[in-house]
Amino acid sequence: MASQSHVETLALREQFDTAGQQKDASTLGMWLFLITEIMFFGGMFLAYSVYRGIYPTIFAIASTSLNVYIGAANTVVLLCSSFTMVLAVRAAQLGQRRAIIVFLVLTLALGTVFLGVKAYEWKEKFEEHHIPGQAAFHLEGVSADQQGHAQLFFSLYFAMTGLHALHMVIGAGILTVLIFQARRGKFTADYMTPVDVAGLYWHFVDIIWIFLFPLLYLIDRHLK
Amino acid sequence: MHEHIDSIKLYALVFIGLIILTVVTTAVAFVDLGPFSVVAALGIAVCKMLLVALFFMHIRHSTKLTRLVVLGGLLWLFILLALTMSDFVTRGALGVPGR
Repeated sequence: MASQSHVETLALREQFDTAGQQKDASTLGMWLFLITEIMFFGGMFLAYSVYRGIYPTIFAIASTSLNVYIGAANTVVLLCSSFTMVLAVRAAQLGQRRAIIVFLVLTLALGTVFLGVKAYEWKEKFEEHHIPGQAAFHLEGVSADQQGHAQLFFSLYFAMTGLHALHMVIGAGILTVLIFQARRGKFTADYMTPVDVAGLYWHFVDIIWIFLFPLLYLIDRHLK
Repeated sequence: MHEHIDSIKLYALVFIGLIILTVVTTAVAFVDLGPFSVVAALGIAVCKMLLVALFFMHIRHSTKLTRLVVLGGLLWLFILLALTMSDFVTRGALGVPGR
């Protein structure tokens, strides 16, 4: 029987020997979750690759109809939010309560800007009749019998950017909770695991976008 | 605890690198590289992923077990993509009816 050698704290629960062991377990657990997410998004990247292989010209026309400048600007916004997130984690490591709150709020603001821009892009799709399933669906430069293949591109576009945006919304919810917890002084240099693993999640969502942006917006751009 | 705390300067450099790569990948997309457009776009995306994972996600400082798990995850992703694509691209190769 192990002896009761330590008082239970947030940083060191009873079932762990050391705080370092607890931290490593949390990090590993978060990475395992992120790997399930990699496989989840991986299936959609795969579906996109296969259909792009079957209908290369239609996908090229559909892909070039997206606004590359808005996409690039939004990528920069998301990278900025990753930068502020990593600074929030660093502030947490140093136990700087005010800095944690400031950087988390900045990250939340930048994430909201990204979602706003995304919403604007989706609104454009409605105006351009680029919504799959719409009776009025029409993509310019594609013959009538191939409009269905163009709808496939936009189905994948909405599924992929939509699920990415859903992850952003969940991330924004997590950040909001963290901001309130940080205000109450929950995080110290000894215990900042929630900020740390939320950072992992946020950066992961960033990485998904890092691949979505070239695949959806860029790879057929030179054909235009 | 012996936690590694990186400097703001390092994070800023990584961030600037990510922004530069974003500008480069957008600019390169307008140049006709033929089939290499995809290679260039995905190559740059992999570089950005590595920067984010190694520095922002602290893989650089993580335990060997965590690194192994991450590599294992990428291996499964590779199996998903490689096996499906190897089936898909070679289906017509033998002239099997019903393709």
